[in-house]
Amino acid sequence: MAIYSPERVWWKPLGREERLWVTVAAVWCFFMFFMLIGWYFLGEQNLPTRAVRITPAQYKTLADEFVAANQVGEEKGVPIVHPAPGSDIYLVARQWQWTPILELESGQTYTLHISSLDVQHGFSVQPINLNLQIFPGYDFIMKITPTTTGDYSLICNEFCAIGHHLMTGKIIVK
Amino acid sequence: MAATTLPNVFSGTRSTFRVCPVTTLKVDAAAERLIIWNAVTAILALTLGGTYALLVGLTRWPDIHLLPPAWFYRLLTGHGLNMLVFWIVFFEAAGLYFGACVLLNARLVGVKLAWVAYALMLVGAVMANVVILMGKADVMFSAYPPLEADPLFYLGYILFAVGAILVCCIFLATIVMAKVERRYEGSLPLAVFGLLTAAIIALFTLASGAVALIPTFLWRLGDVYGLAGFGQVDPGAYRVTFWGFGHAAQQINLSAMIAIWYSLATLTVGAKPVNEKLSRFAFFLYILFINLGSMHHLLVDPGIGTAAKFFNTSYAMYLAVLGSMIHAFSIPAGIETAMRRKGFNKGLFGWLLNAPWKEPGFAALMLSLFIFGFIGGASGVVIGAGQLNLSTHNTWRVTGHFHATVVGGTTLAFMGFTYYVIPLIFRRPLFGKFLVRWQPWVYGIGMIFVSISMIVAGILGTPRRHWDTTFTNAVIPVQLPSLTNLMLTLTGISVLIAVTGGLMYVVICVGSLFMKKREARALNPLDA
Repeated sequence: MAIYSPERVWWKPLGREERLWVTVAAVWCFFMFFMLIGWYFLGEQNLPTRAVRITPAQYKTLADEFVAANQVGEEKGVPIVHPAPGSDIYLVARQWQWTPILELESGQTYTLHISSLDVQHGFSVQPINLNLQIFPGYDFIMKITPTTTGDYSLICNEFCAIGHHLMTGKIIVK
Repeated sequence: MAATTLPNVFSGTRSTFRVCPVTTLKVDAAAERLIIWNAVTAILALTLGGTYALLVGLTRWPDIHLLPPAWFYRLLTGHGLNMLVFWIVFFEAAGLYFGACVLLNARLVGVKLAWVAYALMLVGAVMANVVILMGKADVMFSAYPPLEADPLFYLGYILFAVGAILVCCIFLATIVMAKVERRYEGSLPLAVFGLLTAAIIALFTLASGAVALIPTFLWRLGDVYGLAGFGQVDPGAYRVTFWGFGHAAQQINLSAMIAIWYSLATLTVGAKPVNEKLSRFAFFLYILFINLGSMHHLLVDPGIGTAAKFFNTSYAMYLAVLGSMIHAFSIPAGIETAMRRKGFNKGLFGWLLNAPWKEPGFAALMLSLFIFGFIGGASGVVIGAGQLNLSTHNTWRVTGHFHATVVGGTTLAFMGFTYYVIPLIFRRPLFGKFLVRWQPWVYGIGMIFVSISMIVAGILGTPRRHWDTTFTNAVIPVQLPSLTNLMLTLTGISVLIAVTGGLMYVVICVGSLFMKKREARALNPLDA
């Protein structure tokens, strides 16, 4: 009885069914454990882990220079940039816009930098549903290779104050 | 009524007990008052959080879209805080006092301190709620810096946590003193062992919360009053320590909920743990490993290196999952054994078909077990895998996961347990037989649909904590898949069902408290 003290000696061997259940569960847990390690080597998409400290002002300077050098157009006041394949590309998160609009080439690899100029934001690419947490003060760096052409939407999925639901952006893969 | 006093070792005073004729347990009068006050306050927090749930749910229902954005984010903050922290922890305080005193025939150690703890928690909860409603803390439950809230918001949080730490210390002192004064024989009952697990997890959880919130409080204090030298808060460091509190707090619930599952199985069908050794070992695994679950909030954060992400994906957390797998076997097995002992031996599932499904405690237990295990726990293991976390982080899938664990699991189990606490401790018959019979079903089924529709919407890309997923006023238009609309509507409808179930619970509690006379004899909950 779980609400009363157990009998004096409760350290008893497990029954047959219990042994079987615990064994199956433990084997499965260990299989999952090694599978998840293995997937780091077998899988093609891993968690990005490179980040460097940068002040929001420094990041803004880098991003502004990047836009000035690569701008090819504008959509509703948001600059569209077409950077050279293989180059470093900069995405800015701020209340409440992802900027600039990145125009990338399919099959080419880029080094993507993302950082925030104010509060935390959630980088969320739709419809492929790929999500990252973005901080101010941290330049999050990752290699990306877009493989399918089309327009991808960016939304913010970390609450970033009253205009949170207005924060969108775009990546175009050509 | 049989009242008795027993001498207290060390202090030389005597404590007053009544003897419960149903369970033959001795109930400390001072502990009883604290259980009542903490439980009633918990239900008030639940009522407030539930009201916010209704308003927030109706706002995310696209065709209704009830609240303006400012109030949506404000009440969502209040909903998270009242439900995840105030309702659950006040109820757990009542549960800890119940476990340590009533189940062990023991007196509460440090009664005055327990009232101080209650006062601190109450002041903290009221302070945070008032600041939120004044619109000075639209920062969500997680309050990530550099998002700014009024310093009093963090102070409320901190006061509440200090009170909760005191409750855990009083619980530990009480079970030690119960042993010293020989109020129980042999080992702790399994349910108290589970609560002890919860209290140990609570202590390091609350310590982590203090490390996150105290510097944040000082930073805001410095900012608002222009004081120099109070520093900044690093957003990454805050998230590490905050989730050491925010997620681990749900592991306290997990242990407390499982202790309650075992208790409800005993109270409703007379189940006995199949193997005490195995069940206790499973609780022990929680203490050692479960807090690694907190790391899964951080898998897609910048600033955390390869080794940490690597280890926490291939995590030792599976050892905690093993603990849950053991309970998932032991509790149904205990129920089956007890039912078969009563003669329900027909076929493989005769014991299950003849189980007391009309008994609210049993229905709550089984629904909670099902929702927690198959929807909550399973989805948690999936979204905790590193690469999969990339496509789940901050989507509504996460929200669906924790509504299955914390609401469909823990809250439903606590509700079922209340139907025993009211007759045994409040000594009043339950109000509304019809309501009591159906409450766990309405609430449980509502929550099943809430969780599943949230998970599906999240898989389709719906972000959490978001006022308008049609992005009507955004500069660059965005369109989520059309199925999303259906899922959001389904969530809205399910919220209505679940809120009805929640309202039934509050009506039963309030009705029992105010409409039913307190009876001199303790009531047998199975007849009430």
